[in-house]
Formats: sequence, C-alpha cells, structure tokens
Amino acid sequence: MSAAHAADPKPLEAILGAYPAEEASLIQILQDVHRAYNYLPCDVLATVAKTLGVPLAKVYSVGTFYKAFSLQPQGRTIVKVCTGTACHIRGAAQLVDELQRKLGIKPGETTPDMGFTVKTVNCVGACAMAPVLIVGETYHGNAKAAKLDTYLAAGEADDAD
Amino acid sequence: MRIESEQAFQRFVAQARKRSSARSREVLVCCGTGCLANGSAKVAEALAAELAKRGSDVPVATFTKRTGCHGFCERGPLVVLQPQGVLYTRVKPRDAAEIVEKSVIGGEVISRLVYKDPASGQRIPGYAEVPFYQRQTRVAMRNIGRIDPADIEDAVAHGAYAGLAKALFTMTPEQVIEEIEVAGLRGRGGAGFPTARKWRSCRAATGDRKFVVCNGDEGDPGAFKDRSIMEGDPHSVIEGMVIGAYAVGAHEGFIYVRDEYPLAVVHLTLALEQARARGLLGANILGTGFDFDIRISRGGGAFVCGESSALMRSLEGKVGEPRAKYVHATERGLFDLPTVLNNVETWADVGAILARGGAWFASMGTAKSKGTKAFSLVGKVKNTGLIELPMGTTLREIIYGIGGGVLGDRPFKAVQTGGPSGGCVPESLLDLPVDYEKLTEAGSMMGSGGMIVMDDRTCMVEVARYFLQFLTEESCGKCIPCREGLHQMLAIFEDLVAGRGKSGDIEKIERLARGMQLGSLCELGKSAPNPVLSTLRYFRSEYEAHIERRACPAGICRELTAYEIVETACNGCHACFKVCPVGAITGKIKELHVIHHDTCISCGACFDVCPTQAIRTFPKKELAERGVA
Repeated sequence: MSAAHAADPKPLEAILGAYPAEEASLIQILQDVHRAYNYLPCDVLATVAKTLGVPLAKVYSVGTFYKAFSLQPQGRTIVKVCTGTACHIRGAAQLVDELQRKLGIKPGETTPDMGFTVKTVNCVGACAMAPVLIVGETYHGNAKAAKLDTYLAAGEADDAD
Repeated sequence: MRIESEQAFQRFVAQARKRSSARSREVLVCCGTGCLANGSAKVAEALAAELAKRGSDVPVATFTKRTGCHGFCERGPLVVLQPQGVLYTRVKPRDAAEIVEKSVIGGEVISRLVYKDPASGQRIPGYAEVPFYQRQTRVAMRNIGRIDPADIEDAVAHGAYAGLAKALFTMTPEQVIEEIEVAGLRGRGGAGFPTARKWRSCRAATGDRKFVVCNGDEGDPGAFKDRSIMEGDPHSVIEGMVIGAYAVGAHEGFIYVRDEYPLAVVHLTLALEQARARGLLGANILGTGFDFDIRISRGGGAFVCGESSALMRSLEGKVGEPRAKYVHATERGLFDLPTVLNNVETWADVGAILARGGAWFASMGTAKSKGTKAFSLVGKVKNTGLIELPMGTTLREIIYGIGGGVLGDRPFKAVQTGGPSGGCVPESLLDLPVDYEKLTEAGSMMGSGGMIVMDDRTCMVEVARYFLQFLTEESCGKCIPCREGLHQMLAIFEDLVAGRGKSGDIEKIERLARGMQLGSLCELGKSAPNPVLSTLRYFRSEYEAHIERRACPAGICRELTAYEIVETACNGCHACFKVCPVGAITGKIKELHVIHHDTCISCGACFDVCPTQAIRTFPKKELAERGVA
C-alpha cells in the first residue's frame, strides 16, 4: 500500500485507546473507525488487527460480514431506503427505482463525484411512517418518489454546513 | 447521591413524586423516531420557547417534556397536555403560540388539533378516550410516553425500580424466580420459552462468572416495539436486567442494540449513567452488597444476530454465526459461560411483575400465554402504531377495533406476523385469539410482534419472494440447507413473479421447504420457509394463476400487469400525470388521460393517487391480444 493512500492515523489512536485490546472489542472499534473515516481503510484494519492480536483475515471477515461496514469510501451523504415489510408494501421499490433514475446508481453504489451513496436497509423501525427514506441523519416518513429532489437537496445543504 | 438503604430509596421515591406533582402542568411532546421524522423536535422547541416568552402570563409552572413513543405514530407529531389529558395530533411548530395562548393559559381545547375518529367522524379530545388507546393494556410499555426517558427521577416518580427494591430488600433469588413462574412469563422475542425455567437453569449452572444479556437486535422488518421501549423507557429494561442478574447470580450484563437504532443507544447510555449515579446499578446496589453492571454493545447490522447464539458470538467480537443448540446458553453461552438472554420486552415486563405480583400478570391472557404483548400494527391499516394488549385478543379486534380497519376501506387480505420466520394469516382466521400456540397452529408465529396488514393490492407470491430475498441476503451462510435452499427457492420465485413459472414449481418449493426445516442449523433457516408455506396454504390459487395463467390477481407483479384508465371514471384531475415517473401518461386538466403502454413501467404510482379509482389493472398478456407491442 502506498503512503499516498495511507489514512490519517490520529483518529485511530484515540479509538484504539478507548477499548481494551482484546478480540471482544473488534466490532465496537470497527464501528468507531467507520464513523471516523467513513469506511474501513485497509491500512487501518491492519493496525487494528495488530493491536488486538487478531489475525487480519478475521478482521476482514468481520468487516465484510456486517452490513454496517464498507471497505469502499462512502459518499458525503448516505441515502438509505428502508425496505422493511411495511415500507415494501407501501412503495419502497418506487423510491429505489426513482433514486436510480435520478442519481444513476444502484443500491450499494456511490455517485462518481462522491456526493451520494445509496443503500437499502432492512427496517429502521419507523414502520408506522412507511415508506421511510433517510437522507444523512434526517428521517422522511411517508416518503414520495415525486419529492426526492427536495429530500436530496436538503441532505446536500446539511452536508455543506 | 447513591441510595444505600431501603429507607433512602423510599425517600428518593417520595422526593421524585413531590417534584413530579409540583409540575402539575406538563406539555408532553412525543420525540420517538416516528414523531421525530414528522418534525416533533421543532414542535418541542417552539412550545418551550413560547412558554418561556409568555412566562409571566402562565398561571402555574408548566414544563415541556420530551417523551418516548406514544405509539400513535401515524398521527404524529403528538402533543399531550397534562393534567387535562388532552391529545393534539399532527401538531406543527406554528401551532405553538395558539396552544400556549388558548390551552395552557386559557384552558380551552383547540378543536382543529384534536383527533377525529374516522369511524364516527367525531372529535375526541381526551387521550384516554381515543379508541386506539382505550382498548390497550400497557405493562411493558407502562411508562412510555408518560416519562422523560432522560430523567431518572421522572421514571422513579412513575414507579420505576419499585420492583427492584422489592426483590433486593424482601426476596431471595429463588423467590424472584418463583414470582416469574407464577406470572407465567414467556419470552417476548417470539419463541415463547418460559422465562423462569431459563433463569432457574442458569442459576443452577456451575461457575461464578455468569452473564445477563438483553437482546435489542430487533431485526424483524415491521417490528419496532423494542426500539420504542429502549428509547422511551430505558429504565424498565435496566430494572428487569438487575432483577434477573440477582435471580441467577450474574454480575455482568450486556445490552445488544441494533446499529439502526441510534436514539435507543443514546437514551440507554444516559439511563445507565443515571442509574449508576443513584446506586441502582454498579457495585453494592442499593446498599445490599449485590454488584451488577451493564455495558451496551452496538450491533453491526446483521439480521441473524437476533438469534441468541449468533448474538453471543457477535458480543465476543466475532462473525455472527449461530451454533447448534444441544448445549444450552444457560450452561455455556457468552464466552462459554452460563448466560441468560432475554428480549427487551421480556426484561421490561419483569419489574412490573415484581412490583405488582405474578398473580396479577397471570390474571391476563390465555391458558398458556399469560400477560400482555406489544405489537407494532403497520402496513395497510388506518391507525398504524405501537400497541399493547392482553394475550388472546382477536386479530379482528386488533385490526378493526384499534387499527380502525384497512386503509381506504379496501378489502382485507391477510396479516403478516412474526417477520421472516412467520406467515400470513388470512381473513377466514380474523377471529383467531392471538397467543403463541394459536399463531403457530395457523402456520405463523408470534415473532417480535410485527403485524403487517395487507389489502387486496398485495400479491402473496410477491410477499413470499420479498421474504426469501430478505433471508437470502441475511443468511449467514454457515449451513448448506439454509444458504443454498434459500438461493434456489428465490430463483424459483423470481421466475414466478416474472411470468416464467413452470408446472411442478409448487411441488419443488414444498420439497425444498421440508429439507430446510429439517436440516438447517438455527431457527433462521428452520423457519425460513414459513412465509412461503403459509401463503401456499391460504393463497394457493394466486400461485396457480401466476404459473398457469401468467397473471397476477392482485395486479402487482410488474411483468404480468398492465394499467389503463377507465374513460367513464376519469375526471381529468391530472394527479396521475404528475406522479408518473416515466411520462407515460398524457392528458390535459379536466380532460380524459391516457396511459401509453410502450413507456409504462407498471409501477402503480398512478393507481395509488387516483381519487376516483379510474385506474384499472389487467394481465399484461392481453396487450398482445389487443395488438399493442
């Protein structure tokens, strides 16, 4: 791995310092790493493995098993479409289709300008408001495909703050 | 200030109650995830600002209190005025001035904001009189919506930790287990295992180091009762866990919370800190010499981690793969040590049972299923939200009595319970009393309490495909029957919904299902065929229509369905034109509109918005007969 791609080690030091250096801390550490770096950078995973005394292969298996983690850099704004049962029968598929038409990306992908990553999530537990769309940290209940532009614009504005 | 004796605890309760009654006027603003999505945080801010501004006019000190989920999410943001008990629904920040002026200062009810009962058309101002609440009995959710989850004194004033004090000061661990046994409490995560038996087995297990775990990995799509309990009354969960730890002799506890529930983590963290500061958690709890502490562990977003053995692997920092269960977790669970794992709602019931007695709890419910059960009532139903009822309440009472019936008064088709492990219960079983046994007999299961109402615009083959896709993504892949069985079954269903079904597919599905039930390692795989088998059992004709007639009777499967506008019914309102995502509809306002089949993608958006039901579906194959390409 070239030094040009190496991630800033500072946040990692703080994260590693906050947990006991044992395997049981692995998922909690990876969650904090994901929050700090917006994904799981390769060199960071190597450092985590070394610090906890866990084989890198095991860190990789945990990093790929759980949906909360991505090994690819994520867009500045994450757009999540809830595809839980209630959202599914109230039109979540229309939201996914419309996002694909507007942003040109499928769930799991990121726009080339790194603006948006689209994800589907299996139920966020706001079923009474179905279908639910989450742009950044903002929940939109009874989301409508026709209003996607408004939701996305608000998300970008939050991101710029 | 740590509480170190029974007298000190009683003083603390008295003081908390006094503070609570001094705040005789409260403006409760629901800040659960549902209402927050509707903008309730801004409503709370606006009300607090308005009260501060009008401070000198307000006759009695009035507080704005942010509470957890009131359950009636569909009508949010919700505001309740106490002590009058007036409920305002769909409140906007701009209503704040009027609420303070007329209701808080003037004592008037603002009719415009009051709930209108869709059944009678009457406006019902009283929180307790609204049918949605009137028919409920709340135990696990006893304090949600009444207390500020960020304030332990408020929780204690409403009875929190009374059960713990009784257990620690007056009962032996064995007596605690007996009380739970008398209550007949069974696991609220869905499997319904008797809680007392689990605790007794863990108490008897050898070893000094034992664990108590709370399963807050509520992964069933359509269920959110655990989220609301953790967000709205985290103390009920903590209290239950401390009692459980005392009963089994554990000193360490974990709450495993779904990654998708950030607000629950915030409220639980705060509640743990406050409980520790008061001596209700940590070393020497209430001065009795009993030590127990709880850590929060955030899940990584894997449905299989709701399975208890997978959850424990995840707590150990590993990949969440289940284990075979010939060794019970009560003997060798987390880190291979004796562990009691219960669901959030089970823990929330424990404190109430200890405070009010097992006999009281057992007086509700059916012969084998005691007490109350929380459900999230969602889907195509008028009043969506969170409810809690005695076991044995019929589906009809839940869906029509509390839920107000099917959205848009469309025909009821089925209710899905138990998430991806459950099934679809048809109209003929609407009078089924809901308990563990009855739902299992009907081919479904209790699961974590999600009830998703489906109307005639729901294709049951497509619903089964949806759950298979969900499970295919979520199967951990450890055992072959689950991993490969789901994969093969999904392939068949993708053909069915696309009109490529073959005769013999149904029999093949049934064979695969049997293999998965017999051969899978954990409950995820064993129960995975339930949505398929239950829809086959009650809606076989829909499967046959997809295969034999290449038609989707519900008019949902896109490959099989075309849409058209009925000329005599269209009033030219232009609503369909506006929502069509591909511009397949033409027509001027007040004139007849037309759907162009060459561009239409059969998404159904027009159907859902048409106010005159002028849009009709028909089998796509008829297009060829009409000579449309």
